Amino acid sequence: MENQELSRTVQELQERLDKLEAKNTRLTMVLFSGDFDKVMAAFIIANGALAMGKEVTLFVTFWGLDALKKPDMGSAGKNFLEKMVTLMRPKGPAKLPTSKMNFGGIGPKLFQYMMGQKNVEPLSSLIEMSREFGIKIIACQMSMDVMGIKKEDLIDGIEVGGVAAFLSESYASNTTLFV
Amino acid sequence: MATTKLDFKGMNCPMPIMKTAIAIKKAVSGDVFEVVSNDPGFEPDIKAWCKETGNILTSITKTGSEFTAIITKK
Repeated sequence: MENQELSRTVQELQERLDKLEAKNTRLTMVLFSGDFDKVMAAFIIANGALAMGKEVTLFVTFWGLDALKKPDMGSAGKNFLEKMVTLMRPKGPAKLPTSKMNFGGIGPKLFQYMMGQKNVEPLSSLIEMSREFGIKIIACQMSMDVMGIKKEDLIDGIEVGGVAAFLSESYASNTTLFV
Repeated sequence: MATTKLDFKGMNCPMPIMKTAIAIKKAVSGDVFEVVSNDPGFEPDIKAWCKETGNILTSITKTGSEFTAIITKK
């Protein structure tokens, strides 16, 4: 009787330990910013973690969604304000502004040139690579609704979810970053 | 067992780590890799990568601006 109880306790502890150890293999990130430099930082960290064999979930909200837009995203079926937002915001990684020294769009070109000189991988290919490694991208449903962004306006192969989806991933990870 | 040479000269963070990960993923346990990089951050990066992934960093040497890491797949 006592033996049985003991083995049950050991089993329970083993399960709790497995759960704790599984956290060490996961990284969750919030990508809020749509600034070129910050999106770049987010994908470098994501790729590093993927290279270390970790599971990475990227919850993309608000301006961060600009980085996921298809460059040819149209404004058909959107209301007036949504059309305006669509018109005014950059579409895709090649069009993002920098958070400092943007100079009306010249800044990103300058940085991209300087990064090319130093053989830093371009943002679009960092995004591609993270997808090949199996990054999980969740686009925020609420910000999509507010800005009139449809799922088909964003790159394929991503999920759409809310705060609970993000939190559930975050609770299962031992690292969560907000960019 | 033969050593596979990986030349990642000219690449910058995070590429040497990514490329190493891709190459080692395809290998079998015990395979040995010689990874060359001139990324100034390569030494702490490859040490951290090996520590996290459990692959064995047998040695890391620096000649001029070039690092050579010997890694055995776990």
